[in-house]
Amino acid sequence: MISANTDLSFSPLGDRALLIEVGDHADPATIARIRALADHLAQLRLPGVLDFVPALCTIGVHYDPEQWRDESEARTPYEMLIERIQRELPDITSLSVSEGPLRQIPVCYEADFGEDLTTLADAHGLSTQQVVKIHSATIYSVYMIGFAPGFAYLGPLDERLALPRRETPRSRVPAGSVAVANQYTGIYPADLPGGWHVIGRTPLQLFDPSLEQPSLLSAGDRVQFKPIGATEFRALQTDRQ
Amino acid sequence: MTAQVTRAGLLTTVQDLGRYGMQRFGVPASGAMDRHSLRVANRLVGNADTAAALEITLVGPALQFDSDTLIALCGGNLGAVINDMPLPMNRPVWIARGSRLAFGQCVAGCRAYLALAGGVDVPEVLGSRSTYLRAGFGGFQGRALKAGDQIDALVATQSYFQKLRESQAFRDNGFAAPKWSVRADSARLGSHPQHIRFVAGRHWEHLPPSVRNRFAGENFRVGTASDRMGYRLEGGNLERHDYGDIASEAVAFGTIQLPPDGNPIVLMADRQTVGGYPRVGEVASVDLPLLAQLKPGDTLSFERIALSEAQHLVHRQMSALAQIEASILAAGSQ
Repeated sequence: MISANTDLSFSPLGDRALLIEVGDHADPATIARIRALADHLAQLRLPGVLDFVPALCTIGVHYDPEQWRDESEARTPYEMLIERIQRELPDITSLSVSEGPLRQIPVCYEADFGEDLTTLADAHGLSTQQVVKIHSATIYSVYMIGFAPGFAYLGPLDERLALPRRETPRSRVPAGSVAVANQYTGIYPADLPGGWHVIGRTPLQLFDPSLEQPSLLSAGDRVQFKPIGATEFRALQTDRQ
Repeated sequence: MTAQVTRAGLLTTVQDLGRYGMQRFGVPASGAMDRHSLRVANRLVGNADTAAALEITLVGPALQFDSDTLIALCGGNLGAVINDMPLPMNRPVWIARGSRLAFGQCVAGCRAYLALAGGVDVPEVLGSRSTYLRAGFGGFQGRALKAGDQIDALVATQSYFQKLRESQAFRDNGFAAPKWSVRADSARLGSHPQHIRFVAGRHWEHLPPSVRNRFAGENFRVGTASDRMGYRLEGGNLERHDYGDIASEAVAFGTIQLPPDGNPIVLMADRQTVGGYPRVGEVASVDLPLLAQLKPGDTLSFERIALSEAQHLVHRQMSALAQIEASILAAGSQ
């Protein structure tokens, strides 16, 4: 838990954004704290604050310095905004840090959908069934949405499945691909270039710009993968259309 | 309908000041590369700051106007002609129905902003009319304009510069513009190396001293792989360096990333929301328009300034814009 506001450190990100450092490494506890803080900050509706970007250890705050002007010019917009944030977050210990909602994501791990499943299994001396079992047993946290609209970085990945990215990225990884790289697992929300090892695919749509909340997942959500067969995959995919 | 695209040009997209509030879902802010020129162009035709305009890149399109339209063209000089006569920039221009606006050779800069009174009428997607090409949403059907597209403007709330529309020139030439113009940065557009100020970021002190010295001393060249997402800078002779793992965190318009190969990348309008490379710092936002007007092959150098100075410059530019707005308002209602 964060003991006091003094534990938050601020740094400028140019003249239109700043970073709040919440922790020094990414783990589910830090992510939960970041989510609680970001939600709280968003509810304050501070003037001229445009965007919050929760990430692995930090929250980015984009703001419009035109709306933070000290007529005497004694304080910069950056200093004024930090002061306001520190004042409006009186006691972070009282912030309830609850677990994010649990989302079940159906994944078909069959060979047609997980073209790197065998490579990953071989690299760790596991059977493909063992990989699927390990991958779908963990309840992950959404560490961050980034790289592309709706792309969720999930962790922690079981060390038995960790593998550096492919040396040569693919120019196109299909939408819905569930993949692993280093200490993360993730889901491709659209057809994208990428170097992660693809081990399955979900029929769910992860990102839809026509929705008010365009991303199925948010930072801090919890995720569990549920293995499904190809028939169920196709049925769910048809439902979507 | 307001205008029809008869020739596409290289890259013309609908942009406003950007898509904010969605970066937590990984949605890039997008928006105009040269925000200042967009804002001035919008003010010249009586539009709100939030109105969308056309961002025209290097080789511009040709447009056939189907109705009398008040426009303004700001930013880079891309050789615009109206009915084969030079189109005056940085001022309001009434264009008569049937007139043809076309772009020729790029004279200075890289991006021009064409504002239409009322603003370009495209649906808002996630709170903005900006085009995000990579994911294909926003703007005009999520893509760049092509020949045959029809551009509409929303109904203008202001009735600006009506006298121009009643002038003889308007009837004779198919367009009319006043003799005055707002002061533009056009003189600075042509200077090379372009002088760009930056604010040091939180990794600055951890960079090797030689990298810091060279960054703020050497000239860089804009690489050919530069686009709306980022400018790749070459030729600064920054040594290769392994900076180790950095936890991905938010980036801003103008964040200068330093990959291990020593060639900095300045993140621009279509940047991703987070990045994992170490950062030199951020370009002062008042200088981003100048940077956005550089094209591949152009040169630039960096000067470090304090955050307080960068934010002071923002306020100064804001006052200048308010003055421009006041004088346009006075002229426009005549």
